[in-house]
Amino acid sequence: MQISPLIAFAHVGKSFGGGRGTQAVRAVDDVSLEIAEGEFLVIVGGSGSGKTTLLRLANRLIDADQGQITVEGDDVRSVDPIQLRRRIGYVFQSGGLFPHFSVSGNIGITPKLIGTPPDEIAARVDELLDLVRLDRALYRDRFPHELSGGQRQRVGVARALAARPRIVLMDEPFGALDPLTRDALGDDYRELHRKLGLTTVMITHDMTEALLLADRIAVMRGGKLLAQGTPAQLSRSEDPYVGELLRTPRRQAERLNALLPRGSAA
Amino acid sequence: MSFFSDPRWGEALAHLPDYLGNHVRVSVTALALGLVVSLPLAIAARNHRAIRGALLGFASIVQTVPGLALLALFYPLLLALAALSLAWFGAGFSAFGFLPAVLALALYSMLPVLRNTITGLGGVDPAIREAAEGVGMTPLQSLFQVELPLALPVMMAGIRTAAVWVIGTATLSTPIGQTSLGNYIFAGLQTQNWVFVLFGCLAAAMLALAVDQLLALIEAGIRHRSRLRVLAGGIGIATLVAATLVPQTARAPSGIIVGAKTFAEQYVLSALVAQRLRAAGFSAGSREGLGSNVIFEALAAGDIDVYVDYSGTLWANQLQRADIRPRAELLAELKATLAHRNITLLGELGFENAYALVMPRRRAEALGIRGIADLASHAATMSMAADYEFFSRPEWAGLQKAYGLKFRTQRQMQPDFMYAAAASGEVDVIAGYTSDGLIAKYDLVVLEDTRHAIPPYDAIMLLAPKRAGDEALRAALTPLLGSIDIATMREANLRAAGGDGASSPDAVARWLWDKVGKR
Repeated sequence: MQISPLIAFAHVGKSFGGGRGTQAVRAVDDVSLEIAEGEFLVIVGGSGSGKTTLLRLANRLIDADQGQITVEGDDVRSVDPIQLRRRIGYVFQSGGLFPHFSVSGNIGITPKLIGTPPDEIAARVDELLDLVRLDRALYRDRFPHELSGGQRQRVGVARALAARPRIVLMDEPFGALDPLTRDALGDDYRELHRKLGLTTVMITHDMTEALLLADRIAVMRGGKLLAQGTPAQLSRSEDPYVGELLRTPRRQAERLNALLPRGSAA
Repeated sequence: MSFFSDPRWGEALAHLPDYLGNHVRVSVTALALGLVVSLPLAIAARNHRAIRGALLGFASIVQTVPGLALLALFYPLLLALAALSLAWFGAGFSAFGFLPAVLALALYSMLPVLRNTITGLGGVDPAIREAAEGVGMTPLQSLFQVELPLALPVMMAGIRTAAVWVIGTATLSTPIGQTSLGNYIFAGLQTQNWVFVLFGCLAAAMLALAVDQLLALIEAGIRHRSRLRVLAGGIGIATLVAATLVPQTARAPSGIIVGAKTFAEQYVLSALVAQRLRAAGFSAGSREGLGSNVIFEALAAGDIDVYVDYSGTLWANQLQRADIRPRAELLAELKATLAHRNITLLGELGFENAYALVMPRRRAEALGIRGIADLASHAATMSMAADYEFFSRPEWAGLQKAYGLKFRTQRQMQPDFMYAAAASGEVDVIAGYTSDGLIAKYDLVVLEDTRHAIPPYDAIMLLAPKRAGDEALRAALTPLLGSIDIATMREANLRAAGGDGASSPDAVARWLWDKVGKR
């Protein structure tokens, strides 16, 4: 069962600021974390916990001060950051679509940067639109401002998958969506993850979402990694903050069970 | 005669291809140069706060320099550079007209382009910039594929502002020798030809509007991703530029260039010279509305071939002399000094256009004022007006010293309005010009300068170094020497200020030749 991890953080640290009399902030503090191939890891934490910084360290949107990060066996410092980003899919908060590109332009951007022939890109775009359940003919030539939030995020996922990456990083991808859309997208992505054999690292502040999607959950607070493990392992954690994070979904589940007895319409 | 049947409209229209063509050429070149410099600067500075501040500060300071001054500053600067280049590389260039105008206007265009490019690039959502990085774009790919396209509407707005400014300010390039729509305005103001002034203003405004609308079309096209509109706007601009290039290429470079300064007498005399040259079989063109220093240097550099100046002006400005010599002596010394620079002083036309203190005849008689000496005791209660340069000229210092003059107030005025101001009593005394026809028209009197504080200002004809040995040219111009007396010139100037169809410089020059040519 034990295989070499696809992504590994070893004693990684990153500070911001510290210039001109301001106090330096340790955004990530001595974090060690391994993500196995095919795993769906969700990092949970509040704002300022360092979870977004940790994610960006993996594809060198930010460079680490300390420690070592390896992706697919390579130390990220030894590879060209541009090439690294082109082989890792990245889904941004609320899409991050280019407003002046059509849907197909957005999805096809990374293949285009790599130099894929246009007809191949067009075929790939259609394939991806099917994959994220958007009608090819209807959406291919639309612009981002003509899409709903959920549709935009589906395009964001398609864009991340366009260059056939093995790894997908997701920065609170479903945070701004309404609960129904969010649920549907979460399920759809989870299915894609399985079908395509992806390795996914997603960050969220929502423990319920994490529990529903993740193989394994990592909890961060104040730049430190507090706990990691499967939902079952986490529930046995003695860390008070982890306990607090788990209390909310538990209570919600109990109340929902009481309010919506089995056999009702839901 | 109705307003629109005025023959001056037709005359103005005849100049349009030349003036408009030159105006478009200088504006488009300046704008292109401004863009080529400003855009990379703005892009390079966008992530460096200090450089950005310094750039915008510099451009703002340039903007506060009045357009006319900025244009005028480039002339001596380029003249010095041209001399250096001639000394070092053996090749000079013309510091006259096109080059200084383009450089000054390009500087003028920089502020809106810099500001809007920096603002536009700064306004791109950081999340979008990060997404560009995240999908694997290099910084250059991010700039050209994402940041610049998104900033383009704001940048275009800046380019539109710059275009309108440049087209408007280009009218001020006339005094440094660049033909433009400003030729109508400068000539019109000086010869009281309001048809020309109006025509020039309208033409410049319409050109600015047309270019602005075409650029707006491109901007809208970019905003709404409509290739058609971008294409239409681009074709419009290209057509405009192409259309103005046609007459230039079709016309052979004209032979003898006659210069004229910025006042009516000069327009008339240059028209007269050009007419005589054409009558003698030369092809002759003109560069009108040139500044006093610009015109002399332009002659010395061979950018113009012939013009009429005044002995006292050259004595003070080019020879830097403050002493006053008797007329013949001054002319002889001037001739010798100019010869050192290979400039030919061909001879005097026969009249003087000197500064003179002038006041209403009745008032002078009532106060018993005959000469400037009588004025001294009244000056403390009187106001005086003069043109823009008089109070800083050596003549004024000389007058004050010789007569102990001290006026209650001193004002600067557009020369054309001075005489009317004196006649209406708005000012008591003016520093007028002896050859001005308005002196007789308003019943003014020239006060005698018994102590010879004002040097002689004989109208003299000058030839450029390269025309020094041109006997045919000399022969064509010699009949003009000694032919025009002060009364005739005054009448000619009065006609030129007539404000009707017969008052165009060409018409007055023909009248003048009819009168003096038979002598």
